[in-house]
Amino acid sequence: MYEMIYRRLQNKIILLTLLVSFTPLLILGVTMYYQFMRSSRANTESQIKYRAYARAEALNRFLKERTAILGAMADTHNISEISDETRLARIFEIMNARCGAFVDLGVIDDQGRHIAYVGPYDLKGRNYFDQPWFAEVVSKGAYMSDVYMGYRKMPHFIIAVRRHENWKPWILRATIDPEILNEIVRSAQIGKTGDAYIINRNGVYETQPRFDGRILFESDLDPNLFGGQVDVVELKDKNGRPVLCAGSWLKNNKWLLVIEQDPAELMEELFAVRYTEILIISIGLMAIILTTIFTTRITVKHLKESDKKMVEMNAKLVQSDKMAAIGKMAAGVAHEINNPLAVILQKTGWIEDLLEEEEFQESENFKEFRLSVLKIEEHVERARKVVHNMLGFARKMEPRLEDVDINETLNQTIDMVENYARINNIQIQVDFTKDLPIIASDQAQLQQVFLNLINNAIDAIGKDGLIEITTDCNDTEIYINFKDDGSGIAEDVQNKIFDPFYTTKVTGKGIGLGLWVIYNIINKMGGSIKVQSVMGHGAKFIVTIPVVKPEKK
Amino acid sequence: MKNFSILVVDDEEDFTETLVKRLSKRKMNATGVQSGEDALEILKKNSIDVVILDIKMPGGMDGIETLREIKKMQPLCEVLLLTGHGSMETSIEGMKLGAFDYLLKPVKLEELFPKLAEAFQRKDAQDQKIRGAQVTKLLRHGRLIP
Repeated sequence: MYEMIYRRLQNKIILLTLLVSFTPLLILGVTMYYQFMRSSRANTESQIKYRAYARAEALNRFLKERTAILGAMADTHNISEISDETRLARIFEIMNARCGAFVDLGVIDDQGRHIAYVGPYDLKGRNYFDQPWFAEVVSKGAYMSDVYMGYRKMPHFIIAVRRHENWKPWILRATIDPEILNEIVRSAQIGKTGDAYIINRNGVYETQPRFDGRILFESDLDPNLFGGQVDVVELKDKNGRPVLCAGSWLKNNKWLLVIEQDPAELMEELFAVRYTEILIISIGLMAIILTTIFTTRITVKHLKESDKKMVEMNAKLVQSDKMAAIGKMAAGVAHEINNPLAVILQKTGWIEDLLEEEEFQESENFKEFRLSVLKIEEHVERARKVVHNMLGFARKMEPRLEDVDINETLNQTIDMVENYARINNIQIQVDFTKDLPIIASDQAQLQQVFLNLINNAIDAIGKDGLIEITTDCNDTEIYINFKDDGSGIAEDVQNKIFDPFYTTKVTGKGIGLGLWVIYNIINKMGGSIKVQSVMGHGAKFIVTIPVVKPEKK
Repeated sequence: MKNFSILVVDDEEDFTETLVKRLSKRKMNATGVQSGEDALEILKKNSIDVVILDIKMPGGMDGIETLREIKKMQPLCEVLLLTGHGSMETSIEGMKLGAFDYLLKPVKLEELFPKLAEAFQRKDAQDQKIRGAQVTKLLRHGRLIP
């Protein structure tokens, strides 16, 4: 019952402590994780945003340079000069030497005819009058195409500039090798998941993407998602995984550079930290659990012990209160009984005095009178003894202090009862600790205690048995044990045996004061007496006496 | 030996009456009273050698108060205390106030007599001492002893 209360208390303390310790730890862990994730995400975003910006700048520069040199060549030559293919070849050579990436170079007159051409293909004489770009370059002065296959069956794009001469326009057109464009774009394809490509306003790939899709085929990406200089949006790929896309429109306003990255890849560092964090928190939680269980167990154990001590102390207090009350009552009762006894005794004495006179001696009932008076006196004496025994401890008052050897006192006491024990075939066995200290105590009172206990043991055995008497000690107390193999004392009786007038002996054999007197004597000495017994297996009385060192003489 | 006077003081009339009767039967000069006040009345008029005094007397003066008064009135009077209960403290207080000894009730004559005899002896010795002093005083003044 009590065990369950302590167990419940222990569980409650453990639960509460764990709850109080876990909650802030978990809140801290989760908060830290989300904060870290947010900042990591922001970091990733800015990273790809910067990458998109830097590559777009590089591409812009590349295109600007090509357009600029082409424009410079057109501006510095007139149509007759530039239509000379030897001259054109020289110009082509210079352009490639300065900038590179030019595949061919051609001059187109106002009728769209290809009047001069330098390059690997046979394009001279072709007419571009009907090509939409021809009209555009004539009207706008400069033109850059999307990447297309054209007559060459190879992806390429052109840039063209227009000049007027004698109110007639002519056009200098160059084909650009898109490979260099691809190289710049490819350099932004980072890690395992990073992709970079260019699409035009219709969403058609202008460069070969790293994973899905092919150049000149339409992509899944909607170019209208991107507006400003560099925008970042989160999209889902075919497998439903999140993909971060940064898009930057090039200055030609036709091409969109797109950088794609799986955010998880850049956040791998975070995930590594996540596992470390979970590990640290787990270790912390384990430590908290173990410490809580350990300290709670110790606390509850101490609590249990102090509760036990308190219960014992309360029991002792109740017992000594009871004894004090009984003692007071006994003194009052003694007075009330002793006074009538005194009168009875005087009256019988007077009758005896009168019986001495001659006239009574002749009476035939003289002997009967005499006998009755004697009987009355005998019973008065018996009553007087009861009262005197009851007051025995009170009369003895202060114990006389003398040097007492407990072992010696026990031996003397055993000598007194040995004969009686032998007649009843009861063996008294002793096992004394030799180095028992000599104490200051009252030997006569101790002898009375020992005698009462041995007599009780003999009475409990009756015939044929064994009494074991042992002594033991530590620095502060001496223990004297009286063990018999008699009938034992029932558990419900054990707490009553020290009460006055409590006896289990047959009427006339004992009045039940022996153990009460013992209890009071031992108590006055500052000691204690306890009984241990199991019905049918004998009883053991343990007397504890404090070690009071004798004063040095 | 002189016939010593004995006063028995106990609130229990049956007790005093019977004890007085038994002492008188043994040719002793005994009187009984039932209270401390009555005892003092007697002591005012008569010289008493030994008082047998009960300690606990409900109602009027108790034994200890009576003892105090007796010792004031007749310091040489020997007092033997009787007590019905085991309170040692009261008995010891009585001894300190000059009581000769104490006995526990119920008391048999066989136990009482040795104490009485002792009391008589002490009283006798005291009396002789005083008488001796008086004789010396008289001799010093050169008067004849009758």
